[in-house]
Amino acid sequence: MIQLDSLTKVFDTPKGAVVAADHISMEVSAGEICILLGPSGCGKTTTLKMINRIIRPTSGKVYIDGEDTTGMNTQELRRNIGYVIQQIGLFPNMTIEENITVVPKLLGWDRAHYKERAREMMAMIALEPDAFLKRYPSELSGGQQQRIGVARALAADPPVMLMDEPFGAIDPINRAVIQDEFLKMQQELNKTIMFVSHDIDEAIKMGDRIAVFREGKLVQYSTPDDLLAAPKNAFVESFLGEDRALKRLNLVKVREIVSDDIGTVTPGDTLEKALAKIDDFGYQNSILMINDQRQPAGIITRSVARTTKGYCRDHFQNIPATVNLEDDLRKVASLMFAHDTTWLPCVDDEGRVCGQITQRAMTRHLGSRFRAREGDIREANATTGE
Amino acid sequence: MELFQYALNNLDLLLTRTIEHISLVGVAVGIATLTGVPIGIAITKSERLARGVLYLASIIVTIPSIALFGIMIPILSLIGQGIGYLPAVIAVLLYSQLPIIRNTYTAINNVDPALREAARGIGMSPNQRLRMVEIPLAVPVIMAGVRTAVVLNIGVMAIAAYIGAGGLGTFISRGISQSDPRQLIVGAVAVSLLAIIVDYALLAVQKWLTPKGMEKAVSTA
Repeated sequence: MIQLDSLTKVFDTPKGAVVAADHISMEVSAGEICILLGPSGCGKTTTLKMINRIIRPTSGKVYIDGEDTTGMNTQELRRNIGYVIQQIGLFPNMTIEENITVVPKLLGWDRAHYKERAREMMAMIALEPDAFLKRYPSELSGGQQQRIGVARALAADPPVMLMDEPFGAIDPINRAVIQDEFLKMQQELNKTIMFVSHDIDEAIKMGDRIAVFREGKLVQYSTPDDLLAAPKNAFVESFLGEDRALKRLNLVKVREIVSDDIGTVTPGDTLEKALAKIDDFGYQNSILMINDQRQPAGIITRSVARTTKGYCRDHFQNIPATVNLEDDLRKVASLMFAHDTTWLPCVDDEGRVCGQITQRAMTRHLGSRFRAREGDIREANATTGE
Repeated sequence: MELFQYALNNLDLLLTRTIEHISLVGVAVGIATLTGVPIGIAITKSERLARGVLYLASIIVTIPSIALFGIMIPILSLIGQGIGYLPAVIAVLLYSQLPIIRNTYTAINNVDPALREAARGIGMSPNQRLRMVEIPLAVPVIMAGVRTAVVLNIGVMAIAAYIGAGGLGTFISRGISQSDPRQLIVGAVAVSLLAIIVDYALLAVQKWLTPKGMEKAVSTA
């Protein structure tokens, strides 16, 4: 757990005092990733670097796991905080192994222990130990180097990690891969992490909570979903972008809004029955046909059902797509747009139909938060008006 | 041909003088490295101090060697060492300070700030940072300074023959005083060859001392 209590930094510049961080108070719970987000010069990096005293606070306190760090020895404090920077900063004169084991060595681990640890770390970041440990940073790609950078920060198993735009210098494709890998690692490691970013999409993807900064002040601190649904003011709103409702699609899983109320037909049903079911369930265009294992087999369109006589098994069309319960709504929306459809069948891990997801349900879910907020505002206005 | 014959006939003497020359320069630059590198590191802590020290070292290099020997004769005569080995070594020691201090200072100062921040951030003390990161990274540039000092001072040491320090300069000074072009030219060529050979030898040492992971960076630099 990291707690900041009125953390403040004032820089003396030739033009006068500049308040880079103004009484920042916040708390990151154990095992959470907190993203410090904001435009450049907003104080997010200053705040991060005051935690391990790369920048010395003017006033205020930092608590780690409930303990006031003010009196701690600076070097000792830093050795117990993992630190990853955008420029990676691997030591070019050291091998990968020496880079990873540098903190354990500073902490006085014995040789066998830290050698073993280096191999463990390589396994964790999915790089072959025998191929990489004896090589030098200059022989590795940027993405590989930053994986080593993360491994170095984690080598001594610190409870807390500070990451300063760690994936900012990596190309977009590799960045997405390394972000996913990191999230997977974090599920097992449960570190308490402060992570600086200026990329709203990265923040939504990586953060359990997001702290938005502006001109040295903490403007809003909430979960990604709350932030997108209810930005506190116009600045946060504009920083999140006009498509912030779409960004929320990433955060919602099909499982949360799937409806198990789905009408289906079987291959043995007549088209007459299919048409009746389409009307019963109020479908506009088509109905799903499933086989005897409840797997999706095809769709029967309304126009076919109305104009043709016969059995479903002879007159079905291919299903445009299906979605899994664990997919996010962004994928669903993309599939709906691509196939010009307003609903998609959902399948479980065995491929059995377990419900449907409709455009209506998606917009209703996303809109409910906005409507709730508008209601709040109306209420607030009403009370102040009295 | 006549020159070649002379050199062959005096091969023993030539060899003795060469060894004398190398040991003079070697001792002086060796001591200069032991003093210059720590000074170069120390002045990275204060820009004002650095300016002062580098200015002083530059002034010393502008003093012509013959003048420096002249200044030292009365001073060192007080301890009975006005001419010979000691003033020669001191002169070379002083001349070597500038390239060694300046290169050390530049190299340490130019260590990538990101590396310095990484080193601080993972909890290295200032001394550990120097020992584990900054000095290893500075070695190639420091060694380049040492090479400059050595090559520069192989020339200076030739003049030290005039104050009786020995070395290959003796051939040159005798050649002039005895109007013997053979000695003059053999001495001059020997000094030049020595400078070139030593430079290459030190380049090899520099490459050997360069941390392995930085070889690529050095060859492109």
